[in-house]
Amino acid sequence: MSDLRELYQTTILDHNRQPRNFRVPERANRAAAGHNPLCGDRVSIHVELEDGVVKDVGFQGAGCAISTASASLMTQAVKGKPVAEVQKLFDAFHQLVTSDPRREPDAEGVGKLAVFAGVREYPVRVKCATLAWHTLRSALAGGHETVRTE
Amino acid sequence: MTAADFARVREEFPLLRRTQRGRPLVYLDSAATAQKPRSVIDAVSDFYANHYASIHRGVYELSETATGLYEGAREKVRAFLGAREAREIVFVRNATEAINLVAWSFGRQALGPGDEVLLTAMEHHANIVPWQMLCEEKGARLRVAPIHDSGEIDLEAFEALLGERTRIAAITHVSNVLGTINPVQELVALAHERGVPVLVDGAQAAPRIPVDVGALGCDFYAVSGHKLYGPSGIGALYARADRLAAMPPFLGGGSMIESVSFEKTTYAGIPTRFEAGSPNAEGAIGLGAALDWLDALGMENVARHEAELLAQGTALLGEIPEVRIFGRAAAKTGVLSFSVDGVHPHDVGSVLDDEGIAIRAGHHCAQPLMERYGVPAMARASLGVYNDGADLERLTHAVRKAVAIFK
Repeated sequence: MSDLRELYQTTILDHNRQPRNFRVPERANRAAAGHNPLCGDRVSIHVELEDGVVKDVGFQGAGCAISTASASLMTQAVKGKPVAEVQKLFDAFHQLVTSDPRREPDAEGVGKLAVFAGVREYPVRVKCATLAWHTLRSALAGGHETVRTE
Repeated sequence: MTAADFARVREEFPLLRRTQRGRPLVYLDSAATAQKPRSVIDAVSDFYANHYASIHRGVYELSETATGLYEGAREKVRAFLGAREAREIVFVRNATEAINLVAWSFGRQALGPGDEVLLTAMEHHANIVPWQMLCEEKGARLRVAPIHDSGEIDLEAFEALLGERTRIAAITHVSNVLGTINPVQELVALAHERGVPVLVDGAQAAPRIPVDVGALGCDFYAVSGHKLYGPSGIGALYARADRLAAMPPFLGGGSMIESVSFEKTTYAGIPTRFEAGSPNAEGAIGLGAALDWLDALGMENVARHEAELLAQGTALLGEIPEVRIFGRAAAKTGVLSFSVDGVHPHDVGSVLDDEGIAIRAGHHCAQPLMERYGVPAMARASLGVYNDGADLERLTHAVRKAVAIFK
């Protein structure tokens, strides 16, 4: 499989074409904005947080396929999870996309997010893949400042 | 010079023999920075190996030789830009520093509260931010001449914006995004009629079209060496001698002084007053070699080669229905900024990268211009002397591939 097919897996292309949870949940009580100044990507994450659990989550914004699909898959992955588990998932995801591409990817615990392993071959795209996650973390922390990737 | 002659030109660039992601490299990012011909690499290496010493300080032969090479490079820049005197050339790090020098040394004297700096909508951040900083400090304001959808400046609006309070106009010669060649001579004439001095950002123009600051009539002209096939970290500011002589120093330190005591320092004449500290001598010498090389090629030939390739590239990309090209100026250099329906520029960049093709994807340090065209980013393929029709065919093929992947 070429690096490119590895980067643009079917799931990623699908979520780019039809992003899931591309909305602002009605009862969202946490939000944050993220910006990647390098490419102009902007994303906002809206969370309905109840008793430390992500009850609902959605996103808005415009970006490349990697950042859009990452936001979309992230919302699916974190919905219904307690904040501590979301953090663990982010750590595992971050580890996956920044690990040494010469080694077998360690996709343990990331579930469907394993499709982003191909990003490892394209270090400049890591910021695209992690923008939504950094923004989510800021939203959960109650932050109101725009998250920047640099 | 023919296409065949330019094929030999390509062979003078060692880097272009390498691969990218396992494929022969197609380098289409010369508007960001140009690759270096062997003669430039050799000139830098020869200076280090055979002539390296302190500039303007040594009392020994080696230093005299090194100083001669450095000053010889200044003379080459003078000739290349068509300046009258070598002392009108100040070596700086890059065009950005040249503009900052003018904003600092000239702008701080010229501007007061309520005064204005006139720019165009197609400026690079390098020709926006220094003026914005100055305006904030002085309580002055930026005025921006709009452009037409074609990427050409709105001449009437530019003229109308030249007002009582305009203290300087800062305009790019060639847009790094749209490729537009601005009618600088005309713009300078309009400004000068009202007594407004003009700085021209020549970072993109100097490597692409013949430049003659005398004919343009501008007061300041800024260039970057690394875009001129020379080393990075070296650039030049042309400033008319009378302007330069009336300006206070930019940076203080060694070299730029006449005499120093703890009570009072007097400054050296021009251009030395503006070159504090040990200079980037190898950079200047490498730049001199690059200009020799461009002279031998002939800037008219370079411009024609680029124009031919631009026409070919525009036609090839234009055949792809999903492609939109930004910048359709009648006078345009070899810059092809485009978007692809349904594919974000970053994704275009990654698909092309995988095909061995280097382009730029992003806002190109011109965020206000991205806003003008209503896009967050663009993909940009920009040409250099070493590109050929085959490069453009591979580019087109790869863009088609991107369209197919994201369909």
